[in-house]
Amino acid sequence: MAKRIDVSDLDIYYGNFKAVEGVNLSIEPRSITALIGPSGCGKSTFLRALNRMHEVIPGARVEGKVVIEGQDLYGSDVDPVDVRRQIGMVFQRPNPFPTMSIYDNVAAGLRLNAKKTSKSDMDDLVERSLKGANLWNEVKDRLNRPGSGLSGGQQQRLCIARAIAIQPEVLLMDEPCSALDPISTLAVEDLMMELKEQFTIVIVTHNMQQAARVSETTGFFNLNGVGQPGRLIEYNPTEKIFSNPDEKATEDYISGRFG
Amino acid sequence: MSTSTQQSSAAPETSAPSQGALGGHEKQAPWVPWAVFGAAAVLALGFGLLTSWNIVLFVIYTVVLGTLGTYVLSRVTEGPRKAVDRLVTCLVISAFGIAMVPLVSLVYEVVRRGAARFDAEFFTASLQGIIGPGGGAYHALMGTLIITLLTTLISVPIGLMTAIYLVEYGTGRLKKSITFFIDVMTGIPSIVAGLFAYALFVLIFGPGVRLGIMGAVALSVLMIPVVVRSAEEVLKLVPNELREAAYALGVPKWRTILKVVIPTAIAGLATGVTLAIARVIGETAPLLITVGITNALNFNPFDGRMATLPVYAYYQLTQPGVPPQDAIDRAWTAALVLIMLVMGLNVVARLISRLFAPKTSR
Repeated sequence: MAKRIDVSDLDIYYGNFKAVEGVNLSIEPRSITALIGPSGCGKSTFLRALNRMHEVIPGARVEGKVVIEGQDLYGSDVDPVDVRRQIGMVFQRPNPFPTMSIYDNVAAGLRLNAKKTSKSDMDDLVERSLKGANLWNEVKDRLNRPGSGLSGGQQQRLCIARAIAIQPEVLLMDEPCSALDPISTLAVEDLMMELKEQFTIVIVTHNMQQAARVSETTGFFNLNGVGQPGRLIEYNPTEKIFSNPDEKATEDYISGRFG
Repeated sequence: MSTSTQQSSAAPETSAPSQGALGGHEKQAPWVPWAVFGAAAVLALGFGLLTSWNIVLFVIYTVVLGTLGTYVLSRVTEGPRKAVDRLVTCLVISAFGIAMVPLVSLVYEVVRRGAARFDAEFFTASLQGIIGPGGGAYHALMGTLIITLLTTLISVPIGLMTAIYLVEYGTGRLKKSITFFIDVMTGIPSIVAGLFAYALFVLIFGPGVRLGIMGAVALSVLMIPVVVRSAEEVLKLVPNELREAAYALGVPKWRTILKVVIPTAIAGLATGVTLAIARVIGETAPLLITVGITNALNFNPFDGRMATLPVYAYYQLTQPGVPPQDAIDRAWTAALVLIMLVMGLNVVARLISRLFAPKTSR
């Protein structure tokens, strides 16, 4: 299921403003790749460009190539809706659908796409996804209660269950733990370690310990100044980034001697 | 207005233990302002008896004297900060009272005069063959309901789809111009809307035409901008994160709108539509031109004149016949039924917003 992502010469724009410039990297399947860097350097923008969520914003566009297992995501005959079915996303703030129950939230990916699924298949899928997100034991007795009644950490895991229920190839996570307490963060991190057996995971985080704990590979984004585009400074195995980085800027950022 | 009665209930209280307040000032016992207003009422009564008795002057004297007295007393005993607080409280309550005067007096008067004919016959009989007492407004009630229903059927789809376009799809000049013209439409006088519908149907059917559907078209011109405005505001309130969550699941935009955005906003949408209906149900001028009046039942909005409650009330009052009192009574009852319809719709709107609101209970 998991697939390899190759990005070459990617420039990302908001209207005339170039937000990210010249990104080249390859993301290995069945691994966790972390993206770190200061605020406003384009990590999230880059992440959103990987499943064409970027273009939801009016005026936003992309130049360059993103290739998943030989398929160019920005090819002229590619439907962005199909891309997003293959590449799931978890957002910074938990956003379960407030009108739906816990069950319906997990089933939303299929239901909203009007895929005909039998009741028992759907029950299986919901159970498997919730188990996959380590949430099943906490909610199995109240699947028909509203999803917005859960705690923040549970809501975030519900969103992960919703994302993996459509069985994507790749899972993008945009600061998934920044709104969570340490215990919920730990739960989500454990979950990521399990999920990488099946998915390719890319995570944006401001928490460098988190990047060091969970990821195999780390990319450091930085920008030269306000109004300048962000760029990928260094892309290396996590161990190397945190012990002996190639670039001075990376070392400064990681050791807190930044700017 | 009712200070004298409130004072009588508050006065027998024994003085509450006064507590020390900041700055060494004593805190006023809760009955003190009432007592001040009571004294003001007695003073105003004295004025009134000395000069000439007038209930309006009495109320005004009481409120002005009571406010001044409360302020001065509070300033002396509690200090300027508390005094200003009490002064503004008095002013706000007075403003509320003034705002309530028209509403209360209107409802009181309509109920008092409308009660005379608020009977079964009024809701079951038309005016066909009625000269003098008896008769009812069954035909007008049905006419109002049919025309309002047709108006809703025309306005709600157009209004909702316009709002969805403006919030979800619209960009640039087209969006701006639609918003501008919606604002212009909001300001169209209702008589102009009526003339528009009349002129439109005269072009098709020739002069002198009167149809229920013409009224529905005229009312739609008034209702569409109200629906668009309220729906637009409600759709804007749906968090963008929910749309993004749906897109990220590979849901196409139109399905996201249909299955996520609208269900999330349904309570507000339904409330807006209900209030828009309440807004047009009492319109008189456009119906006067387009639908006219009749004394007989007519359930078919595509064939001839129909009676409606506002127009019915207007004609019963202005052309009562001889003796006039029976028709005037019917006019008041028609007004009462209309007010009840509008208030009922407002209650329904509140119930809808409570019933459909997203549930967050744990």
